[in-house]
Amino acid sequence: MKIDRRSFLSLGIGAAAGTMLSPLPWKITDDLSIWSQNWPWTPVPEDGEITYTSSICTLCPAGCGISVRKIGDRVVKIEGLKESPVNSGGICVLGLSGPQLLYSPLRIQAPLKRKGKRGEDQWETISWKDAVFEMAKKLGDLRSQGKPQTVAAISGQRYGSTAGLLKRLLTAYGSPNFFHVPSMEDTYEQVLQTMGNVDGMAGFDIEHSDYVLSFGSGILDGWGSPVRMFRAHSQLKQKNGKLIQIEARLSNTASKADRWVPINPGTEGDLALGFAYVIIQELLYKREWADKDPQGFEQFKNFVVNGFRPDSVSSITGVDTGIIIALAREFASASRPLAISGKGQGDVPGALAEFAAVYALNALVGNLNKPGGIWAMPAPDYIQWPTLTPDDVAKAGLDQPRLDGAKGSEKPLLNRFAQKVADGYPLEVLLISGANPAYTLPDTQGIKAALDKIPFIVSFSSFMDETARVSDLILPQPMYLERYEDVPCSPGFSKTYLGLSKPVVRPLLHTRNTGDVILDLANAMGDPIKGAFPWENYEACLKQTLGSRWEALTQKAAMVDEKAAGTLVQKFKFSLAPLQVNLSENAKKESDFPLKLIPFDSMRLANDAVISPPFMMKIVDDTILKGKDGFVEINPVTAKGLKLSEGKKALLTTPKGQATVRVHLFEGIKPGVIAMSRGLGHETPSDRFAGGKGININALIGSMEDPVSGLDATWGIQAKLAKI
Amino acid sequence: MSIEEDNAKKGSTHADESPAESHHKDEDGPISQYGGPIIFYFLIGLIASLVVGWVIFPQLLYSKKHQPFDFSHKLHMEEVDNGCESCHFFREDGTFSGAPKLAQCIGCHEDMQGVSEDEAEFVEEHVAKNREVPWLIYAKQPDCVFFSHAAHVVSAKMECATCHGEMGESDHLKIYEENRISGYSRDIWGKNIAGLKHNTWDRMKMDDCAECHLKETGRTSSIQTEKDGCMVCHK
Repeated sequence: MKIDRRSFLSLGIGAAAGTMLSPLPWKITDDLSIWSQNWPWTPVPEDGEITYTSSICTLCPAGCGISVRKIGDRVVKIEGLKESPVNSGGICVLGLSGPQLLYSPLRIQAPLKRKGKRGEDQWETISWKDAVFEMAKKLGDLRSQGKPQTVAAISGQRYGSTAGLLKRLLTAYGSPNFFHVPSMEDTYEQVLQTMGNVDGMAGFDIEHSDYVLSFGSGILDGWGSPVRMFRAHSQLKQKNGKLIQIEARLSNTASKADRWVPINPGTEGDLALGFAYVIIQELLYKREWADKDPQGFEQFKNFVVNGFRPDSVSSITGVDTGIIIALAREFASASRPLAISGKGQGDVPGALAEFAAVYALNALVGNLNKPGGIWAMPAPDYIQWPTLTPDDVAKAGLDQPRLDGAKGSEKPLLNRFAQKVADGYPLEVLLISGANPAYTLPDTQGIKAALDKIPFIVSFSSFMDETARVSDLILPQPMYLERYEDVPCSPGFSKTYLGLSKPVVRPLLHTRNTGDVILDLANAMGDPIKGAFPWENYEACLKQTLGSRWEALTQKAAMVDEKAAGTLVQKFKFSLAPLQVNLSENAKKESDFPLKLIPFDSMRLANDAVISPPFMMKIVDDTILKGKDGFVEINPVTAKGLKLSEGKKALLTTPKGQATVRVHLFEGIKPGVIAMSRGLGHETPSDRFAGGKGININALIGSMEDPVSGLDATWGIQAKLAKI
Repeated sequence: MSIEEDNAKKGSTHADESPAESHHKDEDGPISQYGGPIIFYFLIGLIASLVVGWVIFPQLLYSKKHQPFDFSHKLHMEEVDNGCESCHFFREDGTFSGAPKLAQCIGCHEDMQGVSEDEAEFVEEHVAKNREVPWLIYAKQPDCVFFSHAAHVVSAKMECATCHGEMGESDHLKIYEENRISGYSRDIWGKNIAGLKHNTWDRMKMDDCAECHLKETGRTSSIQTEKDGCMVCHK
């Protein structure tokens, strides 16, 4: 039938009329509107039963108590636990972002074995049985060859059962090469030993102080136990207490302080002794401390009086003489003065002389073991495992020279790792737990070169971080929300603290608690190593270790031992040895590198083994990171001299390396000093939020060994900036 | 002028026909030459689209899905003591539990209670493997809707059947007809494609809730709609 145009049109009109008279267009419109509301990028949590579980966050060493809200089986929100003695209900942005890490698509799902060459990112999934078998075989072979000391371990934690089990494994096996990642806590420990004659950790009773003299400590930038410090600072403010922040850069802490004292970086120890000069000369010190060690005090007095007059200190530090005198007087006449050191978050050990000088200040004003002062806290001692008697093979191995060249009883010096391996110390196997040395340790090139020389590297990381990427075997640990772990202390806390982090959800992936892997390994290697680990699994080990505390800890998540405070007496001695090092001399000005590059920490970026989750990457300022470009802060005066303007690219060079950066003009930094944030520049290509953004400042900074403590005393490095 | 000449002039536009013939045809109107086909096609279009809209469209719009296995409400109502509440209950914090989880069933169904294949499926694939049953929810509303069972059941003391129908008397779970565009069950718009309903439980669209809200509470908080306020359900 031929249909002409008019017929066709009338067909159309009929169809249109009929369609309008049918429910079709109206129903489709309604359905489309509902469809548009359900597009997949709008997340809608499941409906279900709401539960709250208490636990401890272990994303940083602070040990904050957390309350985790779940809907059904899904973690929805993490908040601070009100009853926690550390954070009293508060939480930081990293703790808050915990669910993003738990459900991250970047998590390693099962044990991985490297295929192809290191760094090619080719992996094959293997079973846990095969992974443990392979490791046991490798370690067994080395032991039978009489080379147990060629196995080393780096642990992100120093205390706690996981670190304890790893160390015990090495001891039973026969290697003295157990290293933990050092921080300011290690330096404090040394100060307390040499000058306080006590074996303990430093605790700061900031909550009861009324005058805090901070030598670059990031009280509001993540020092010690961050949330606790924020609260303590608020308490200080409410009591009309004072915070004096001494640092080269106007950090968050400095901007909230009652006074910011800009100082030449690296000269904080000199300033402390300058204060000591005033306090001693004007007789503002507490007599009873001087009288405890009259000889030592005389020596100390002469040392200070001869070398640290305010005017000479002023020219070294860049702080006005009048200010030095005024602050010293203010500090000494406060009723509860407290001096704190440990720059930024305290992740780098720092110079012993600086810590010692600040400690001496505390002694002079008599706040040792007093409310509002510095306390010696006993190291955690709840781990009482059966004594380990190494067999002959192990004994021989333990007697071998250690990687860092120090003797068995001395503190491990991880900063020597790169140099010693490069020099030829024979390491066959390296185990890395809770740490990311290829990123967090200074002198990244050196670290990577050392890792390159080690034939077999095992990482227990949950994510494909820089160290995991160059490993040969990855045995992924579950996230903290999926496992048990003891949390033995909180850095800088003036109470003895013990927490228990417990599983909030069943493990989502095919991961295994490192503690269990160590027990599996011990089992697989047979006696005598197997005999050193008389536990069925990690949970049983932890239960037995915590004993009667287990019940209470599963209910309350954390406990504080009030009685322990004050049990360690600081028998102060004005020992000169730690003070007599003049580190600012080492920082000689080289004309090639006229600037000083310093790192800074902030609450918005994680700069240790944890990589900043997306929430945190989103709140980093445009003056620190913009797109993929990292910034360097520079004083406008210095910038003008170098012909650099705001936001422009520049080439940053240090003796250790080079990077293209953008420049941010900032009046809050001393001329001649430039600063860059830690926590950026991750080489994690699969992470589209944090990977490849900014610069890792550790790649530009070297490591400088403290002549007395042996720990890394770096505060920065010489640098130059050139316009591109 | 002769009549033949006049006619010839008039007839010049109608070449083949005599004026008388063309005059007859003109009575039917100008459309009549094409009239039949036009009306015919119009009617075809009209009827076809009506059939599509009323009959074919509803068939195509909904896909038929089966529940994981069959379940008899009637049978279970005879076994429990508290009616609907025995399995669909309020939790301590006031939230409504919705479709039961394994925890509610395991009390009796740890082992087989009967001999049906459906129960076998349940016990073997779900109870034994600790896998929740992925029930398809007929009454599921979009995320923009805030609905509190407590407000309606506890405060207003409504019967479950008022909105959900007499589920308790059913021997089988009906087929879940899923709207291919919106993803929701046919029970929301209602079985009738025009949206006409006989019982209160035939539809669950916004207007149905609003109708009842107006009737029962008399609230006309919204000036625009003269019905209850929007934020009562759209928080």
